[in-house]
Amino acid sequence: MATPTATVPSAGPLVGSRSFLAKLREGDEIARLITFLFAASVVLLTVLLVYELWIGSSLPRHKFGFNFFRTSVWDPIFDQFGALPFIYGTVVTAAVALILAVPLGIGAAIFLAELAPARLSDTLEFFIDLLAAVPSVIYGLLGVFVVVPLMRSYIQPALKSTLGFLPLFQGPAYGVGFLTAGMVLAIMVIPYIISVSREVLLSVPRDQREAALSLGATRWESTWKVVVPFARGGIFGSIFLALARALGETIAVAMVIGNQPIIKASLFSSGYSIAAVIANELTEATSNLHYQSLIELGLVLFLLTFILNGLARILIVATSQKGSAVGNA
Amino acid sequence: MSARLRWRKFVSGFMLTMTGVCAFVAVSALFLILGYLVYHGGISISWNFFTKLPVPVGETGGGMANAIVGSGKLLLLATLFGVPIGFLGAIYLAEFSGGTTAFIVRYAADLLNGVPSIVVGIFAYAVAVLPFKHFSTLAGGFALGLMMIPITLRSTEEFLRSVPKELREGAMALGASKWKTIATVIVPAAYRGILTAILLAFARVAGETAPLLFTAFGNEFWSQGWNQPTASLPAKIYAYALSPYDDWHRQAWAGGLVLLGLILVINIVARGILSRGISVSRT
Repeated sequence: MATPTATVPSAGPLVGSRSFLAKLREGDEIARLITFLFAASVVLLTVLLVYELWIGSSLPRHKFGFNFFRTSVWDPIFDQFGALPFIYGTVVTAAVALILAVPLGIGAAIFLAELAPARLSDTLEFFIDLLAAVPSVIYGLLGVFVVVPLMRSYIQPALKSTLGFLPLFQGPAYGVGFLTAGMVLAIMVIPYIISVSREVLLSVPRDQREAALSLGATRWESTWKVVVPFARGGIFGSIFLALARALGETIAVAMVIGNQPIIKASLFSSGYSIAAVIANELTEATSNLHYQSLIELGLVLFLLTFILNGLARILIVATSQKGSAVGNA
Repeated sequence: MSARLRWRKFVSGFMLTMTGVCAFVAVSALFLILGYLVYHGGISISWNFFTKLPVPVGETGGGMANAIVGSGKLLLLATLFGVPIGFLGAIYLAEFSGGTTAFIVRYAADLLNGVPSIVVGIFAYAVAVLPFKHFSTLAGGFALGLMMIPITLRSTEEFLRSVPKELREGAMALGASKWKTIATVIVPAAYRGILTAILLAFARVAGETAPLLFTAFGNEFWSQGWNQPTASLPAKIYAYALSPYDDWHRQAWAGGLVLLGLILVINIVARGILSRGISVSRT
């Protein structure tokens, strides 16, 4: 047994153990205070961000009110600002992106979580993580030089000749437009859907699968009718995350959407998105009202992503907790 | 085997194959992106790209030297601003706080993490550009640093929490004060994870373009000091890709290759560090 005297390591020349301990105690208080200040600055910056968006958009909020979202004239010369074309473009491109990305992403997540051996699954997940790390300007670059010509020469004419009776696929094929932007966005959000869905699928307790299989279900039936419904909340969470990302995406969309405030049913048409118009016009705003209208668009984007991210977090956490609760029972 | 069972087995095999196809398509997107960039960037890249300034339209040659240095300066500022706040904030969350304060900080960080980069750009423009009436490297660094905070904070906190309790108690039992325990035991035990978190945050903002358009703006020449607008690699790629000149397109490809190469290498290194596990094994 060691002697029970409490020695302080590296005590150095002792100035009386009491005051030394008190100094140490002070050190703790100082460390706590310093780290607290840094932590508090995170809150402060966040509050300041929201405050700036709110104060910065007061002019158009008072002048246009709700009409800001209902009118489609965006005219800096006559100081008329209606956000409808941008909202439309943002919603349409995000919808196209989700329609393409959700089935593909969930399919891939099922493969990674249910079928692939652990090693293969981890390797593929590594590549998916790298895909998520590709910056948006690179997607824009490839969009401009690869996807746009491909759309113009092959995909859009093919869609027109097969599904041209739908108003969605009519009109001239420029290459740029809603469909192209949606496709680029789809590739950008797929990694989010895959990673999060894979996690929640993996958190589904093993007994659920075994019970289904022992009742005579095929592998697919156990996956689709038992595992996926169990993880449904988390999968929706991953879709919300992807949607939030798609709504806020700027550079890649600005490079391939055509940047014209047009509302048309055709997906081949050029359009504009909220984020893209902010990127293109903020530094060149002609009047204060113009500038503040752009900030109000930023506020809209902020609120949308705030709500979607919040919902996503609740769903994902609830699903993984359900998994561990049932697993422990 | 009844016809129905055979059908069910067929459906099962078919659908499971399809999920494999989905995974294959998703992963092949990465390799397509890489392939295109290596191909187009590889034939466009040259020594001049790294050493020369951009040249006016019509002249061939020139490079993005100022953009590469500009990106370096912006990322340095971002790291100096974002990492201390994220790191020390995380220490507060993991070691000192409890209850409401921690909840508020975490909530703010998650909120900040979800803010689209363009909105961060608006904010940085409003607080770091408008009051000074000019674009600057500092403003760009502020915008990027702001985006690094939540990533660093949340992952660092997680890694600090994963340090085994016995280590903490051991240090305390030897009479070390709390801050000493943190500085000499807990942080060193979690350093791999923390390093990974910082590297991933760095890689994420290295490719950001949108917030830089309003803050660092761009520059055709060398940016003197920290108070002037500066060129950056992502913003230059954006501008050149949308230009109508073939020579600039080639520059954009070369820039894309350099940028993506840098980001992927950082990501791979970061994950490599982490995969060796937390430096102290849990017992």
